[in-house]
Amino acid sequence: MSLLTVEDKETAELPKTTHGVDAKGRRITQIVVVAGFVLIAAMLFLLIISAPVEDPARIALGPVSLNNFFLWLGGLPPLAQIPAVLIAFGIVVAIVLVLIEFAPRPGRGYFIMRLVACLVIPVIALMLLRPYSNAVLYVVAIALLSGALLFFADYRSRQGAGYLFQLILFMAPAAIMLLMGLIYPAIATFAKSFFDKTGEQFVGLENYIWVFTNPVGTWSVINTLIWALLAPTISVAFGLAYAVFIDRARGEKVLKVLVFMPVAISFVGAGIIWKFMYDYRQGDQLGLLNAIVTMFGGDPVNWLAVEPLINTFMLLIVFIWTQTGFAMVILSAAIKAVPSEQLEAAELDGTNAWQRFTNVTVPGIRSSLIVVLTTITIMSLKVYDIVAVMTGGRDNTTVLGFEMVNQQQRFQSYGHSSALAVVLFIFVLPLIIYNARSLTKQREIR
Amino acid sequence: MALSQRYRLLAPLALVGATAIALTGCAEATPGEGGGDGDVKGATVRISGGITGTEADDLNESFAAFEEETGIKVEYTGDKSFEGNIVTKVTGGDAPDIAVVPQPGLLKTLVETGKVTEAPESVSKAVDENWSKDWKAYGTFDDTFYAAPMLANLKGYIWYSPAKFKEWGVEVPKTWDEMIALTDTIREKSGEAPWCVGFASGDASGWPGTDWIEDLVLRQSGPDVYDDWVSGDVKFTDPEIKDAFDAVGSIILNPDYVNAGFGDVKSINSTAFGDVAAKVVDGSCALTHQASFLSANFLDVKNADGEVPAVGPDGDVYAFIMPGYTEGELQVEGGGEFVAGFNDKAATVKVLEFMASPEFADARVELGGVISANKNADASLAGSEFLQEAMGILQDESTVFRFDASDLMPSTVGSGSFWKGMVDWVDGKATDQVLKDIHAGYEN
Repeated sequence: MSLLTVEDKETAELPKTTHGVDAKGRRITQIVVVAGFVLIAAMLFLLIISAPVEDPARIALGPVSLNNFFLWLGGLPPLAQIPAVLIAFGIVVAIVLVLIEFAPRPGRGYFIMRLVACLVIPVIALMLLRPYSNAVLYVVAIALLSGALLFFADYRSRQGAGYLFQLILFMAPAAIMLLMGLIYPAIATFAKSFFDKTGEQFVGLENYIWVFTNPVGTWSVINTLIWALLAPTISVAFGLAYAVFIDRARGEKVLKVLVFMPVAISFVGAGIIWKFMYDYRQGDQLGLLNAIVTMFGGDPVNWLAVEPLINTFMLLIVFIWTQTGFAMVILSAAIKAVPSEQLEAAELDGTNAWQRFTNVTVPGIRSSLIVVLTTITIMSLKVYDIVAVMTGGRDNTTVLGFEMVNQQQRFQSYGHSSALAVVLFIFVLPLIIYNARSLTKQREIR
Repeated sequence: MALSQRYRLLAPLALVGATAIALTGCAEATPGEGGGDGDVKGATVRISGGITGTEADDLNESFAAFEEETGIKVEYTGDKSFEGNIVTKVTGGDAPDIAVVPQPGLLKTLVETGKVTEAPESVSKAVDENWSKDWKAYGTFDDTFYAAPMLANLKGYIWYSPAKFKEWGVEVPKTWDEMIALTDTIREKSGEAPWCVGFASGDASGWPGTDWIEDLVLRQSGPDVYDDWVSGDVKFTDPEIKDAFDAVGSIILNPDYVNAGFGDVKSINSTAFGDVAAKVVDGSCALTHQASFLSANFLDVKNADGEVPAVGPDGDVYAFIMPGYTEGELQVEGGGEFVAGFNDKAATVKVLEFMASPEFADARVELGGVISANKNADASLAGSEFLQEAMGILQDESTVFRFDASDLMPSTVGSGSFWKGMVDWVDGKATDQVLKDIHAGYEN
């Protein structure tokens, strides 16, 4: 390992403070850090398994917590909320800036500042989050210990005790968050998908059988596949065509803005807008589409209830409307980066415009195309808002992302919900692998 | 040198210890909110529920006198997606002191988490005194009584325009057959469809249809069949339920009878349930079936003179309870909230006791807009003549009251296949197939 070289360099720079460089010092550091870690882990474990105290208020450390802050904020009049949020944000930013500016400076005063920050920040952070309000003592102890440990390792590594501990320690918060926020839920979801609604009885593959046999489940799978296949291809095709046609045209910027604007609209907003477009009623029409239909003497159509698949396409249009601009902007930038020499050379070789496009431009923007395609595919796989706002999954328009929430929230069916989530994950997985592989490939080329 | 280094190392450790001790000290010094038995002054009781907006403010206000008297601070927080969140919150260990649960079905789910505390003896006694047995049964699971009822609403109203009735020379019907005859009379006189119906309600589209069916099951086959239907012993595919669908279908699937002011039968699904209010007021719709809470929708519309329509027997709109098959019998369906406690702290118990008392019902009813089924509450305090009448019906011992069936069924049926089935039915799916589809919800 590079442990030795780093130490050598450090000792060279800091010849006087040799504490911890020798084998004995390193061992002490090692023991302290490991013991600290074990202690923190043990306390976390105890915290989680400890039964809630009868009267939690008795050992609560004041009313300050993030939750209470939000409750307080919610009680304010709407206009006062904005400055309150801004002030709170400003204070946090100011503290961070002060620490960045002053903490690294040498000197006794700054040393104390570092020390205090190391101990107090974890305490405040854990107190604010306070996952178990009745376990204040544990939370405080864990925070203090981790703060102290952090400081100790940082201090020792400056003395040259090796950067491995430092690395581990500074990685730890992020790693723990990842573990708690991503990996644990993923495993728990996977486990839950084999249990019944309430999560008590093991049912084997029943939930997966439900997904692929019950009409609700099968439609959500079919529709998700339709979304994942059509949404990226159509929006990229439109975006690319548009980007090519307006390239170096007069008023390019304005033309770009026109298509890009829907990107700034949230899916919920877009859903509401298009709900009006598709609006269906008898008598005077409110929706544009049905106004056109009735103008030509047709009967109004309930667009969002036309089965099969027509209503899903109607929802897809909304998604494509918002995503074409995104594809267009990125591809347009990529097209501009294609060297004009290559295009000119091809032109001299007697190619026509289409050949130049397929043989020079497209290979030139290949990596951007892949990024756009995969991003939009992942977005379309996890679409929720459009379906929720426009149809609520009725008339077989449901998708995995929506049905997953629907099963849990409306029907409290954790088993079905988890199985749907796992199926969705399996759909997304190849994309992630492909993205990761093409990324490493690019690195190899470089 | 080495010594000073060691001291430098000790300094942070000492600081850790000192801070820890200081923090524990102040932690323990914080006075307990719950306090000992009997001493509830200054305690805060957190209540959460699905009631939001002005109704939430009214609810908070109805505790004012109680707070002054006992020194307990009651904090009600409304959450629009309460029904989706509360189970997660409770199982995650973040339960409020008290929850106002809008459905017995959800209450059952909460009880199954094991976190709901059994109602204190005093609350149980108060409910015996103040509510009918039916109401108490909805807060009872496995012979253990958990939650007292709070407020109530009455479903199965037929809203109409008294002025139009006078113009046509017709009267409020007393039986189902009279109501059908009335429908024909109005159709003859006006030349238009008399009924307007709206099923659209976002995610929940179709629920107004379930109320129709429930009303008919209760009136045609009686409360016993209704109870069996709720518990699943009478299936959707059984003849009693099909009879109810046929009776409802004779009105809402009849192109001669619907959909006044909106179009034909199919327009029912695209009409928002609250939009019918405007059509009743402007006279284009003679009859519409909806719960007592439709009265709130009349506040948003204007009558011919450009004013908010008056709700009253001589006003712009009024309502009668959908009549049964025999005259004089009163079977009604309705809804309400239940108050579930999550701990037995002295302050929480005090609040639970208060909420089960007639004083609370009076305080809340007086603020307007709602009614209570509390027998000992004063119905004359209710905000309008309509609400006073509705509260009288709820308090009347001879009224057969049943809770909204779709709220009692498992959510995959009651707020899943039943809603969807009603929409499909209006769209033209055959009744037998619809019944089969709804029943299939039990397997989800």
